[in-house]
Amino acid sequence: MKVAYYPGCSLHATAKEYDQSVKAVSSALGIELKELDDWACCGATAAHSTNFKLSVALPARDLISAEKDGLDVMVPCAACFNRFKSAQHHLKGDAELRKEVEKVVGKPYKGTAVIRNPIDIIANDIGLDILKSKVRKPLAGLKPVAYYGCLLLRPPEVCTFDNYENPVLLDKIMAALGADVKPWSYKTDCCGGSLSISRAEIVIKMADKLMTMAREAGANCIAVACPLCMANLDFRASAGVRIPVYYFTELIGIALGLPGTKDWLKLHNIESVSLMSSLSLV
Amino acid sequence: MTQFLQEVNDKINGVPIQRCYHCRKCTAGCPLATEMEYNPNKVIKMVQMGMKDEVLGSSTIWLCASCETCVTRCPNQVDIARMMDVLRQMSIEKGMSIPQKKILALHRAFLTSIKMFGRINEPIMLAHYKLLAKDYFSDLAMGLGMFLKGKITPFGPKTKDMAAVRKIFKETKHS
Repeated sequence: MKVAYYPGCSLHATAKEYDQSVKAVSSALGIELKELDDWACCGATAAHSTNFKLSVALPARDLISAEKDGLDVMVPCAACFNRFKSAQHHLKGDAELRKEVEKVVGKPYKGTAVIRNPIDIIANDIGLDILKSKVRKPLAGLKPVAYYGCLLLRPPEVCTFDNYENPVLLDKIMAALGADVKPWSYKTDCCGGSLSISRAEIVIKMADKLMTMAREAGANCIAVACPLCMANLDFRASAGVRIPVYYFTELIGIALGLPGTKDWLKLHNIESVSLMSSLSLV
Repeated sequence: MTQFLQEVNDKINGVPIQRCYHCRKCTAGCPLATEMEYNPNKVIKMVQMGMKDEVLGSSTIWLCASCETCVTRCPNQVDIARMMDVLRQMSIEKGMSIPQKKILALHRAFLTSIKMFGRINEPIMLAHYKLLAKDYFSDLAMGLGMFLKGKITPFGPKTKDMAAVRKIFKETKHS
């Protein structure tokens, strides 16, 4: 299958191992990516916290650009995913806003682009059976908890992604890779988001709580699908409680036996290679 | 109905916040409630009572991380997260003194980066944030570590059609 690809700012910077692993895994699963033409930032928390119209117009420009290809748009970053879905929601429900945004962007908005996260594409379009059949190194001994965070799921009528209190898609992907996925109650708790820079002391508490609860659930690592969740857990959690955090695409890459997986893990802040090498996975 | 309540409802453009019957489910699920000056349901009550200066000058509206747990669980579909966005924007537009200066400084630095490059240029954005927030020394080791791993670079690709990006900023300046 072929999809448009919106990496977003994080995947070109702090989350570059997410970008690299999404690309490698997509190629291995037969998903062709076409990067969206001349994309701009979605505006993130900064735009919607301070200027509503800007927070709709910035993603609208990218959504309009995606319309001409007619492809589903893969958005790996949960924050960008949420901003796109939210802009679509507001543009659909408010004709006046839509007219205004079309004028600001200078092009008509049709609302035809379908925004999708790679978890959804891999679980539902590729399918768990095919994923399982491609596993070369089952993740035996790996005990992840699946951490979904906020922005893929809420609000549910906007995100239309998975069960919003107990999502399961990422758990199922991990299980298909042979991992011993641990259930836990913190799948959809918040990591603190962008407060990480401006109010770090609050985010340290939130990250420590997530790490502690993951350990109590019997996990030896956390699987994530959001650069912000990754940054907050990987950089803010205290030394005494932390366990490695992996992008779910890194785990797929390792299980499929793809080359170069160790280089992704070396980019993490928390030492993440030794757990994998102790299980003979990298 | 007070004028403030009317103004907030108009901007939310959804379920009127008087639907709230103060079950406090929003506050019970809020991950930041313990850090807030007023709990989320209390902010709703204060808006209903017309306590404009207290609400727009509060730290609560800035500490909300927009996790959207409140609106997801509200039995009356009150969009509390959107309300917080509306209150933040009103607070800026009315020139209120903002108690969480660092949080606003980060938003400003972030948007300036988009305005300049179309995308986030981390080193420039973070340096700008530090100047705005007068927070010069935090996280320097973390930044250096990321730089050494090639995770942040001042030379990342930019958006080419910057005229279109600048037009968006210019024409959305006034609500």
